[in-house]
Amino acid sequence: MYLDTRRPAITPQLAFRVAVLGGLAFLMFSVIFFRLWFLQVLSGDRYVAEANDNRVRDIKVQAPRGQIVDRQGRTLVDNRTALAVKLTPAEVPKARAAQDDLYRRLAGVLGRSASKIREDVNEQLAAVPFSSATVKQDVKLPVVGYLLEHADNFPGVTVERVFLRRYPHDEVGAHLFGTVGEVTKEQLDESAYRGAEMGDRVGQSGVEATYDRYLRGRNGATRVQVDAMGSLTGALSTKQPRAGRQLRLSVDLKVQETGQEALGTGRRGAFVVMDVKTGEIRGLGSTPSFDPNMFAKQITQSDYKRLNDPGNGYPLTNRAIQGLYPTGSTFKLITAVAGLEGRLITPSEPVSDPGSLNVGGTVFKNAGGAVNGVIALPQALSVSSDVYFYKLGLEANGEGDGLLIQRWARRLGFGRKTGIDLPGELPGLVPSPKWRAKVNRQGIGDGRPWSAGDNINLSVGQGDLQANPLQMAVAYASVANGGRVVIPHLAERIEDADGRVLQELPAPARRRLRIKPEYRSAILSGLRSAASAPGGTSADVFKGFPIPVAGKTGTAEKGMGRPDQSWYIALAPYPNPRYVVAVTDEAGGFGAETAAPVARRILAALFDVRGQENKVVKGDSRTF
Amino acid sequence: MYASPVQEGSVGRRGPAWAQLARLDVPLVAATVGLVAVSVYTLTMATQDDIPGSPLYYVIRQVISAVFGMAIMLAVARLDVSRLREHSRALYAGMIVSIVLVFVIGAAARGSKRWIELGVIKFQPSELGKVLLIIALSAFVVDRARRLGDRETTSRIVLLALVPAMLVIVQPDLGSGLVYLAIAAVTMFLAGTKWNHLAGLGGIATVAVVVVLVAAPAVGVEVLKPYQVDRLTAFVNPTDDPQKQGYQLKQSITAIGSGQKLGRGPEGATQTRLDFLPEHHTDFIFAVIGEQFGFLGAAVVLSLYALLLWRAMRILTSAKNLYGALVAGGITAMLMFQVFVNVGMTIGILPITGVPLPLVSYGGSSVLVTFLAIGLLLSIHAHARAAELAKARELAAA
Repeated sequence: MYLDTRRPAITPQLAFRVAVLGGLAFLMFSVIFFRLWFLQVLSGDRYVAEANDNRVRDIKVQAPRGQIVDRQGRTLVDNRTALAVKLTPAEVPKARAAQDDLYRRLAGVLGRSASKIREDVNEQLAAVPFSSATVKQDVKLPVVGYLLEHADNFPGVTVERVFLRRYPHDEVGAHLFGTVGEVTKEQLDESAYRGAEMGDRVGQSGVEATYDRYLRGRNGATRVQVDAMGSLTGALSTKQPRAGRQLRLSVDLKVQETGQEALGTGRRGAFVVMDVKTGEIRGLGSTPSFDPNMFAKQITQSDYKRLNDPGNGYPLTNRAIQGLYPTGSTFKLITAVAGLEGRLITPSEPVSDPGSLNVGGTVFKNAGGAVNGVIALPQALSVSSDVYFYKLGLEANGEGDGLLIQRWARRLGFGRKTGIDLPGELPGLVPSPKWRAKVNRQGIGDGRPWSAGDNINLSVGQGDLQANPLQMAVAYASVANGGRVVIPHLAERIEDADGRVLQELPAPARRRLRIKPEYRSAILSGLRSAASAPGGTSADVFKGFPIPVAGKTGTAEKGMGRPDQSWYIALAPYPNPRYVVAVTDEAGGFGAETAAPVARRILAALFDVRGQENKVVKGDSRTF
Repeated sequence: MYASPVQEGSVGRRGPAWAQLARLDVPLVAATVGLVAVSVYTLTMATQDDIPGSPLYYVIRQVISAVFGMAIMLAVARLDVSRLREHSRALYAGMIVSIVLVFVIGAAARGSKRWIELGVIKFQPSELGKVLLIIALSAFVVDRARRLGDRETTSRIVLLALVPAMLVIVQPDLGSGLVYLAIAAVTMFLAGTKWNHLAGLGGIATVAVVVVLVAAPAVGVEVLKPYQVDRLTAFVNPTDDPQKQGYQLKQSITAIGSGQKLGRGPEGATQTRLDFLPEHHTDFIFAVIGEQFGFLGAAVVLSLYALLLWRAMRILTSAKNLYGALVAGGITAMLMFQVFVNVGMTIGILPITGVPLPLVSYGGSSVLVTFLAIGLLLSIHAHARAAELAKARELAAA
């Protein structure tokens, strides 16, 4: 070799090893290129979407719920704005100790426990990440002022204006209007709450629930761009919230108020005022009542306890549609219709009432030991003869299948839901041999077989019958309007905020019954004389009342030492009634004593009888 | 083998300036300048909102570093690398001392101590250590060239690299430590260490990784800080939780993927601009490139690195002596390892180890040291050219 050692050729070993190194580099570049191709070219769309998801947040803008107004446009339910303290998660300290400090400080200012706040906030953030969490709603202005002045001590704490439901009439109509509450996980899956979002307050009972989809409105959203810290870097777009629709009810606020007041506090009962032809509800109430404003924001533990305390009579129960009561003599109307239509009697057929009826050794007596002599149907209703209807009950039990009264009771709406546009209605019960056999089989009955006595009790609304005031109202309305079984309803129409009609909510279709006009007039005249003629059970209550009223008292015996339940069903004006008023008081005693005076006050409000809606006129009749 | 060079250190003093420039490796310098340009442009776009009131904060500092770096590169290019061999022991000792010094006076930076404050500038000894280790290791290997097959030689080389590597890992600067080990591995490989030695070392390394990442944490011994273990294992399962290490990785992949073919442009690159991509001016700058300039931009940058590495390997093979070849090899290893580990980390195929992308990541120490390394490559190249020319003249004379 002529080349000297100063410039040696690269050794084959080094050349090989450099080649290996170069090959390694080539391999790694290939891997990187393939990976980049996969990420950027093949999956690029997906990552663009992910990057956009990262930066875009929708901030909810609450839509106010629609108002609820009465038939004359008077406000029944509206909204008020309140201040809510919220937490913006991105600005809350990350360290647990600093968080605890913050929650403790908030707890001191807001009067909630720190652990409760943490629990609450975490729950909300788990449901809707990134969105702000409510710490407390409806915070007083001085507290808000303090928070804002000491903002440095409250990182991430903001104050927002929110809409809260307001019930200006407090306890009046509470059962009717219902309550709102935060939508539950289960409800989010229900079609009735379609469109509701986690954290929204939706109707939970009453018409708030039935007509939630109209009242709720649609939340708006501000779409913003945020950075990694969650801080705003600009607004992208805004969707305006749409306020909920206004709901107009057929209710008359004055009637509702009078009914609630007349029933009084400290009692347990209910009233219903309904248009007999259309089924429109003018008023419907239950006592004891509650203040639905408690539910407008998070309900307090003590309020919740109070509302569920049996000692307070379960104020949340709507007794007008959920009561399960024997009806006393008010049921005689049904027995009368059954007897007439079943041809057991005619309107003028005289029946002897010697004061008692002996059936197989058991003596069924008139209330108060009265002896009414020979009477026809109208008089029987007027003086509320029990023996007259005992005989009908006995006779019906022996005729055909023995279910004449039960059949008519069901036709007139007993033992089934009326279909009113309120949730939670109970069907009640019309006792029958079949029913008794069933409960005995299940071991929940008293083991006694069905007997004529059962039917005799049913004929005067005692015993196992379970009905509520609304069902009574429907039954009386059906007779009064000539056989149309109305479906009671509250909602009249949906309107915009200015009261312009958006959608009528027509009265639902009614069932028709065939009740002969002469039967109807015989029954109505009986009820009329009960409220007007001498000896009529409620004549003294309606003495001098300017509107001609037809009505029936009822006194249901509940046994076991419990006081009797007082009933009164009124139809007015006679002879072509427009309204039916049903009143019951669980412990009111005789019908003429408590229920009838309440009905009188309601009728006074309904027909605008001046100075009478506060007048209490008690009757002396001691009939059942 | 190699004889000691005759015309030591003579290149710089011979001929006019253009001649010296002519001896620069033009593609290498072009790739270097190109990468610096990419860095400055990307930083300008990516960091404008990072420091309120001074949109060019990082850019200005990076440009200053690059200018100094270029001066260092050109100056070093005039040196004879072979001369460094004489001072290798002192340089090695200096490296160890400076790294240890970090523990003594180092200022805390983001939970880890890596810096020494020198007046206004902060200096990171672990970065300079990369080049110092290359110089020292190469010298040691050349000294022992005839006993390379000995187990003792292999052990000593490993030890020489392991000491500084452990010291910087404890700082904790895991990335630099791994770079040291990579340098040592490639140096041994190129020098001709026996295959069975390399295989044995590979086996030990595998066992060590398993022990550090799996076995030790399982029995409660902390070899690495928990966050380091998290980062190393995060690429296995990226996550949405910003508190966790996998979050960075997920954001990085989203950024790169959303760049698609041509990129979202500096304005549309929301991952970067809105800070979803952490460390976007340092360790994750490749993700910024991927997001803003897409596959095309990433390919251009990778091509520049390919060019850089190709020239480095060319210089390695053409070095006039073994020492130059090993230094060039070490620098190749250093650059290659950092490029692949950094890019691999941003695209989710390698663990997150805090290795900067050479010349492109923001960071004065890293930029200066990379220029220094490229200066060494240029020097090796220039001397090889000079030797070749001399030989050609000799041939012509003969």
